[in-house]
Amino acid sequence: MERPTVTPSGVAVAPRRPRTRPLLRLLPLSPAVVLLLLFLAGPIAYCAWIAFTDLQLTGQAESSFVGLENFRTAFTDEAFLNAVWLTLVFTVVSSLIGQNTLGLALAALMQRASKPVRTLTGGIVITAWVLPEVVAGFLLYAFFRREGTLNAILEWLHLPSQNWLFTLPILAVSFANVWRGTAFSMLVYSAALNEIPKEITEAAEVDGAGGWRRMWHITLPMIRRSIGTNLMLNTLQTLSVFGLIWVMTRGGPGDRSQTLPLFMYEQAFQNSMIGYGTAVALLLLLVGSLFSVVYMRLLRTEI
Amino acid sequence: MSRTRTVRRRAADASLLAVAAAFVLPLAWVLLSAVDPHADLRVKAPNGLTFDNFDAVLTQDITFTPLLNSLILCGGATALTVVCAALAAYPLSRFRSRLNRPFLLTILFATSLPITAIMVPVYALFVQIDLIDTMQGTILFFAASQLPFAIWLMKNFMDGVPRELEEAAWTDGASSLQSLARIVLPLMGPGVGVVTVFSFVMMWGNFFVPFMLLLTPDQMPAAVSINEFFGNRGMVAYGQLAAFSIIYSTPVILLYVLIARRLGGGFALGGAVKG
Repeated sequence: MERPTVTPSGVAVAPRRPRTRPLLRLLPLSPAVVLLLLFLAGPIAYCAWIAFTDLQLTGQAESSFVGLENFRTAFTDEAFLNAVWLTLVFTVVSSLIGQNTLGLALAALMQRASKPVRTLTGGIVITAWVLPEVVAGFLLYAFFRREGTLNAILEWLHLPSQNWLFTLPILAVSFANVWRGTAFSMLVYSAALNEIPKEITEAAEVDGAGGWRRMWHITLPMIRRSIGTNLMLNTLQTLSVFGLIWVMTRGGPGDRSQTLPLFMYEQAFQNSMIGYGTAVALLLLLVGSLFSVVYMRLLRTEI
Repeated sequence: MSRTRTVRRRAADASLLAVAAAFVLPLAWVLLSAVDPHADLRVKAPNGLTFDNFDAVLTQDITFTPLLNSLILCGGATALTVVCAALAAYPLSRFRSRLNRPFLLTILFATSLPITAIMVPVYALFVQIDLIDTMQGTILFFAASQLPFAIWLMKNFMDGVPRELEEAAWTDGASSLQSLARIVLPLMGPGVGVVTVFSFVMMWGNFFVPFMLLLTPDQMPAAVSINEFFGNRGMVAYGQLAAFSIIYSTPVILLYVLIARRLGGGFALGGAVKG
């Protein structure tokens, strides 16, 4: 089976090649570089500039440099701090705990389960992952609504039902993100577990180590790199979730499920303060960069 | 097989089935509601079987125009991504240069940036340079946002094609571009396929980018137009919403099935970065 592989060195052996000048050889890179500079690096640089201005959507023709004003506003703005807190809850609950742990559990169980069950469960979990973001949002909206499926089950069990999207909106969207994102962790961990030599776990089993001890002392240390990369990628993905929450709650009721991307959107467009919204975006980007750098350190031997 | 092993297998099966049952409920809702003449928000056996919901949404306005828009947007951006990525990957994979490492590190860094964060400045920028509400602007941004990962994936696939095969062509005087087009790309066909399908699937499902950059309803792709079911129609026709969700999701599910094998178990971004 072909799988994307990274050559250990990354730098290839010097090939015999057509005699072209070194710069000319890099020419094929140019379309990609132009696109990346114009539409990715450009906006990021622009982001870093307008975050320090009072640019507004309407009315004002001119914007002026306001220094750190936007950031100062942010850190005294209760709505911003609320969004930071909700983003933290959303990330910890859905990504660090939910997707990561459930993904690992599913992968571990699949090692033991029978093939039909493995295929069935894998298929369902992966379908949830492949669905477009907005569709996933609708399905979970239907699931958590007052007249939705979750309450139907609770009523059937004679448990109290409630309007989940109203009473616990941030948890509802967190669970939605678990539903949607667990497949990725499951795939990463399945691959990692398959790479552990059977002899090692069997030897431990012969020595009398129980399931939990084997997991804790052998399996987890052996897949720690996968755990690291998976946590990073999950976190980065979760930090930028917009559509899922937008469809389910629009950040509401009030601002009780308004994570940073939704806060950014509201400030920039509903309140027409592009400068302020961008300052929030820049902070989000900085947090993302930080995770991205850590993630690259984890992979550093591979380039 | 030992007895304890059988017991363990049963326990694992039971736990997995429990999780599967929890995961399947929202999916069951969409499947059952789409054929239910009286669909509401809960999972229930359809009250009769009907295809009226599909009939109702299969119109120019609701289905065909948005899907065509999606196809133009994602198709255009995917083509651009794949061409640029293949060209870029070639020197990175074939020639030694001091620029390779910094370039690849930058690409890897960009791969994991939260693109959502830059949508507000992208909007502001697009207003300035008059690309807002244009298909081509959205296509260009889509392609740029997908490029880092596509280059990364493409380079890894290209590294798998042995260099020796090109050397004969080089001695015969073929240029790099000729050997890329005639020898390397055909040999890594499946890899190119994976990059293509993956880019397409990512864009097809993306909501935020077209939501921000396109304004005219006629240009909206399905990812955004699906919102209409909630917006201004008052009562939500859940059966129709479900039917449309199925129509809109089917292409990406089929495409995913097509490449799932190639991606292998540990695939994903994981596979590309994990090695």
